[in-house]
Amino acid sequence: MADQGKVDPMHQFEVQKMFDMFHVGGHEVAFTTSAMWMIVAGLLLWVFMIGGMKRQLVPGRWQVAVEGFTGFISSMMNANIGPEGRKYTPYVFSLFMFILMLNLIGLAPLGLFGVHPFTVTSHFTITGFLAILSFAIVLIVGFWRHGLHFFSLFVPHGTPWWLLWLIPVIELVSFMVRPFSLALRLFVAMTAGHVLMKVFASFIIDGLAASPAIGIGVGIPSMALMVGISGLELLVAGIQAYVFALLTSLYLNDAINLH
Amino acid sequence: MDVQAASLIGAGLAAIGAGMAAIGVGNVFGSFLESALRNPAAADGQQGRLFIGFAAAELLGLLSFLIAILLYLKAA
Repeated sequence: MADQGKVDPMHQFEVQKMFDMFHVGGHEVAFTTSAMWMIVAGLLLWVFMIGGMKRQLVPGRWQVAVEGFTGFISSMMNANIGPEGRKYTPYVFSLFMFILMLNLIGLAPLGLFGVHPFTVTSHFTITGFLAILSFAIVLIVGFWRHGLHFFSLFVPHGTPWWLLWLIPVIELVSFMVRPFSLALRLFVAMTAGHVLMKVFASFIIDGLAASPAIGIGVGIPSMALMVGISGLELLVAGIQAYVFALLTSLYLNDAINLH
Repeated sequence: MDVQAASLIGAGLAAIGAGMAAIGVGNVFGSFLESALRNPAAADGQQGRLFIGFAAAELLGLLSFLIAILLYLKAA
């Protein structure tokens, strides 16, 4: 027991293979824990939405919850894009609910039952793919609607002619950084939060392993901090999902309404 | 000094940026709260912009955290 004292805060992010599936071009495609938790999130979302679609005139609590989320995203799209945003509301809603569910699953206290939940959004590949998806939709919508006039997005109104060599370059760079920043924000927020919680938990464990006096002296403040940080992590999970959806809607507004 | 030591020192220096992110985010929320208490009726309409400002400030702070992590993992 003594040589197991080192707690590795990064081990929780390791993706483990569950079973092999098939070969593609010399690469082994396996079913991983990441895929499993994404399927669990999908199933939970499906159950959540089905439970709220009974369409009672006087809604029960479940329907109120579902309608709360749909109304929230719908009003956000309307405020940011306008009536044209209705077409993209299903995508942004799915994005928001999926990210929110994945973030929350990573925080679920299933350790009591021996299950180790894995935060799928704590990998840059996953968040990067979602960001590329949003950015690709923005580009396709922008070029489909406006053709080459889309590039007028990089020359804001009222730019003096003697700055035209500088401003479009800056605007282009800040535009191209958008998918990277979307992915990075969610990934680092989730990873940093979970590493922080693991480090505080290791304080408690190492404190108790040292001696009862140190265990209580270090463990009780660490436990109090952990409760607070877990609350903060729940808030951050919600905020990061909301910010991802909000920025996607703003970028869509840029593409649809140009200015 | 060797590269590993320099990387670890660099990681520690980069983590100072995370503290500056705290100042930035606190600035955003503080300004919002201060002005919301002066004009409570207009506060709810600006909540969207509050979170956009928070996300931007947080991202730049997280960039410095990213550099710290990259240097730390390169050294260890």
